[in-house]
Amino acid sequence: MVEFALPKNSKITGGKTWPKPAGATETREFRVYRWNPDDGKNPSVDTYYVDTNDCGPMVLDGLIWIKNHIDPSLTFRRSCREGVCGSCAMNIDGQNTLACTRSMHDVKDGAVKINPLPHQPVVKDLVPDLTNFYAQYASVEPWLKTTSPTPQKEWKQSHEDREKLDGLYECILCACCSTSCPSYWWNSERYLGPAALLQANRWVSDSRDEATGERLDNLEDPFRLYRCHTIMNCAKACPKGLNPAEAIAELKLKMVERQI
Amino acid sequence: MSASESPKRSLRTPLGRVRNLGAAHSGTSDFWRQRITAVAMTLLMIPALVIIVMLLGRNQVYAAQTLSSIPVAVILLLFIFASAWHMKIGMQVVIEDYVHNEKLKLVSIMLNNFFSVAVALASTYAILKLSSGV
Repeated sequence: MVEFALPKNSKITGGKTWPKPAGATETREFRVYRWNPDDGKNPSVDTYYVDTNDCGPMVLDGLIWIKNHIDPSLTFRRSCREGVCGSCAMNIDGQNTLACTRSMHDVKDGAVKINPLPHQPVVKDLVPDLTNFYAQYASVEPWLKTTSPTPQKEWKQSHEDREKLDGLYECILCACCSTSCPSYWWNSERYLGPAALLQANRWVSDSRDEATGERLDNLEDPFRLYRCHTIMNCAKACPKGLNPAEAIAELKLKMVERQI
Repeated sequence: MSASESPKRSLRTPLGRVRNLGAAHSGTSDFWRQRITAVAMTLLMIPALVIIVMLLGRNQVYAAQTLSSIPVAVILLLFIFASAWHMKIGMQVVIEDYVHNEKLKLVSIMLNNFFSVAVALASTYAILKLSSGV
């Protein structure tokens, strides 16, 4: 839904500035979005100072340091801390990325500003509600679909056909791309978004799959697929260096290919 | 906006909401036509501009004489046809992107169709009238 102004309960108010850690010689300022569903207050931005001599170099290290040393109530998702699980996706210094792979030194000017992924309902602080995003992924039926009798061993695939999946299978479903896409902001109820469409193309491109036509049928829709206007925010945001816009263009090409 | 206060709260499952009414099985024709008309306009742009520049500041007799040439009239007609079609598809995409009230969306799309057809027909009529020397 197009929203040019924030709803009343989403307007950000001034937050708390926490004192600098005692004895720290070098600190980095973190400004972090805070919202608690239980206190009835509007969101705020709290300011923290992280002792950089006592903490790792990544933004996630800073957040964990804050949680351990300053404010245990700070809430965020994290797991693998090496860019594999996609849990710590958030908006850092205006760009959606993974907190575990973004160095705080890469954020050049002033404070490290951290917000939850844009235009998603917030569960608490930096935790977005990705229920719709995951349902969209489920809707592309991301598994091998075959009707031929299952072979004794594996479904075979040539090296050339396997290479067609490069740039697609690496997606970790962090949602950085979809939540950076204006088309997804305005129409996330009907547009599947870059991540789900990249995954759809991963299965459409799989030489072992026997449901290619069905998959394309399921995507051929003015909203599900054709809301993509090649804005390319997805490719810019992807922390794994993938290009969802290209994957969507390939899907559109296949749609045209089967018609003419 | 918090999850608990989402206006879209419903007891339907998330997958049910995403699948909703199913795929429309359309959109590719418009996508393809938008590209065809874009390429056509690119090709027709220069000859159409040359004709328009030739007509600038001239009187109706000169215009009628120029448009009586079949290639000139056909170039202008094709340019109008491609532009009106491209405009119709492009505007519909903008409406679908930003207008979320279903009734307003239907009315806007209808008006967009009327406007595009009216512009195309009026321009065609003007070109044919001049080229036939009536």
